[in-house]
Amino acid sequence: MFYKSIKAGLLGATVLAFGAVAAHAERSDLTIAMQLEPPHLDPTSAAAGAIDSVVYSNIFEGLTRFAADGAVIPGLASAWAISGDGLTYTFTLRSDVSFHDGTTMDAEDVKFSLDRARAEDSSNAQKALFAGIHDVEVVDPLTVKVTLAEPNGSFLFNMAWGDAVIVAPESVGDIKTNPIGTGAFKFANWVQGDKIDVIRNDAYWGTKPALEKATFKFISDPTAAFAAVMAEDIDAFAGFPAPENLPQFEADPRFQVLVGSTEGETILSINNKMPPFDNVKVREAVAHAIDRQAIIDGAMFGYGIPIGTHFAPHHPDYVDLTAMSQYDPELSKKLLAEAGFPEGFKTTLKLPPPSYARRGGEIIAAQLRAVGIEAEISNLEWAQWLEQVFKGKDFGLSIVSHTEPMDINIYANPDYYFQYDSPEFQTVMAQLASESDPEQRSDLLKSAQKMISEDYVNGYLFELAYPTIANAKVRGLWQDAPTQAVDLTGVSWAK
Amino acid sequence: MTARLDTTTGSGMRRAMGNRSLVIGLFLTVFFAGMALISLIWVPYDITQLHIADKLHTPEPAHLLGTDHFGRDILSMIMVGARTSIAVALVAVGIGMGLGVPLGLWAAARKGSLVDELIMRGNDVVFAFPSLLIAIIITAIFGASALNAIIAIGIFNIPVFARLTRSGALSLWTRDYVLAARVAGKGPARISIEHILPNVTNLLIVQGTIQFSLGILAEAGLSYVGLGAQPPIPSWGRMLADSQTMISFAPHLAIFPGLAILFTVLGLNLLGDGLRDSFDPRLRRGRE
Repeated sequence: MFYKSIKAGLLGATVLAFGAVAAHAERSDLTIAMQLEPPHLDPTSAAAGAIDSVVYSNIFEGLTRFAADGAVIPGLASAWAISGDGLTYTFTLRSDVSFHDGTTMDAEDVKFSLDRARAEDSSNAQKALFAGIHDVEVVDPLTVKVTLAEPNGSFLFNMAWGDAVIVAPESVGDIKTNPIGTGAFKFANWVQGDKIDVIRNDAYWGTKPALEKATFKFISDPTAAFAAVMAEDIDAFAGFPAPENLPQFEADPRFQVLVGSTEGETILSINNKMPPFDNVKVREAVAHAIDRQAIIDGAMFGYGIPIGTHFAPHHPDYVDLTAMSQYDPELSKKLLAEAGFPEGFKTTLKLPPPSYARRGGEIIAAQLRAVGIEAEISNLEWAQWLEQVFKGKDFGLSIVSHTEPMDINIYANPDYYFQYDSPEFQTVMAQLASESDPEQRSDLLKSAQKMISEDYVNGYLFELAYPTIANAKVRGLWQDAPTQAVDLTGVSWAK
Repeated sequence: MTARLDTTTGSGMRRAMGNRSLVIGLFLTVFFAGMALISLIWVPYDITQLHIADKLHTPEPAHLLGTDHFGRDILSMIMVGARTSIAVALVAVGIGMGLGVPLGLWAAARKGSLVDELIMRGNDVVFAFPSLLIAIIITAIFGASALNAIIAIGIFNIPVFARLTRSGALSLWTRDYVLAARVAGKGPARISIEHILPNVTNLLIVQGTIQFSLGILAEAGLSYVGLGAQPPIPSWGRMLADSQTMISFAPHLAIFPGLAILFTVLGLNLLGDGLRDSFDPRLRRGRE
């Protein structure tokens, strides 16, 4: 036993010595934390954003991809040609791409992936992305021809989503636990409830990442997240859950705080089919009862941009419609009286766990109470929220952030949980889908934003900020979140 | 006060100590109960109004205990929160006594019978469950609310009072005056109510005080995990939970509700101790 402990001591000393040497060299590993753990690792069969956070660009790639600024750039397809009628896209694939298991990535894999996603029995969460595809044809191993049923101006954008990544028929069987992609990192290990390890893919076709290995750690509790960053147990936290702690990190020279934009429109969802919210006057009254700035200051400690419609403010086609629903409790009371509720009414406010919802909910309940609407708060876990609100539509009001990019088309689906059913809006979305002229598209998007704002479909609160806290020496993290992704391919340590 | 007492005899000391815990306990209990009562008619600020612009003020003359992250006055929150805590604990103890005491009396009156076995083994089963865990299950199934928290805490008070009542009653059933009552033709139910119950009241009051403090702790615990009173009803436990991420830059948000819980529970425990000392005839005889 004594001998053993000497051995252990020696070993410890050796490790220390090596550690000391390594500390002088550039670090090549990174531990990055996020709040939610993915349920599995197949981005093509679930809506959970946490899956994309881990695998997007790191493990899986698509024909096109989002750059850090949200632009759509070539991915596995190095170039493409679009036919004059806008119906045929001919993709030229990169020639030296192989999957992590050594098999080559070619046109057959692309055809397999797209056909799998748009199949009748596909479990893809965003089947609408593929709905317009009429046929996928393998021309030669490095050329794929995709024929659309009708022109689609956002087809290349659609192909950049995490739901449209290219997978291989050889390895798709256990993709949920052992994802095999073409990305710059290979999946290594998953300790459920704790972390996922990835290691560098030395056979990567593109620029090899600076990091040799990376760990995604999952810390859901905001207090634990704060402690982990402060203790430097983690090198970065993507999407830090407690905005109130950001000033402290900003003041601390050990850290850098990146506050980026997201595609997360945070809204007070209104059940448009449930009386009295089926009356547009009541919805308008709700909109005027809300003081957005108070919610941003109180729930988000100032981080967030007010929005007046369901559209990201950093998008070039965004229209600022916040004046449509300015804070005016007197007007709100008047509208309620006109709608036949001079004394107000009672409803429910069902809140999922994030602090923007829980805190925002308390503030909104107080603001609604001031005009006579008594909103009874119930705090739900995500599973309950999905069951009761999202699927069951059993709610009056709710608060949630819609983080998908360009998701205004959800308003064209009358079965979507807030149940907005407007034929005019559905027409605009149908026109948009088949329009590829940029100017026409811009006009359609703008009129769509105005329509939902004028119909007061939901209470539009603010665009969620995306705070990332990192060690001051970490470089190359995405500041904004144009899609849900924690892309580590460009991350390195400063010397 | 103490200087004079120190010169008295040892037994006087002990008595003073006994009294002292009674006095301190009573003072703390009355203080918090008083705050809860005052909050019914007056609080410094209306806590249903949020003043985001005034958030996170440290203690100052306008807000004696500062303001929270929504700009609400913490003193007012604690006063109204005392009401929530006391109401929940009071009703929970009421449920426990209301059901536990009759069950205990019944079991004692029918000692050794099937009824006795059923009641006491049923109590054992309830007692065997970790109480907070069951409270979490109840609120998870029926939804989080103050009412469900009351029911959950109340259920776990039943076996406490049933056991205590039974053991107290059993020793009384052998007394001569009970025998006399039986000879006079009184039935077990009547004897239980007229002769047994008055004589176990002391025990019940002491235990009730202890259970009351446990009830306040349980309510704070349930609210802390979000299963107690729902917003906007303030609760000490939820105040603690809300302030968790702000403790590093606004510690007063957590300190004051924490102290409120500490002193209320301490007060009730001291009160219970003091009451037991002054009720217990053996201790009283020892002092004199």
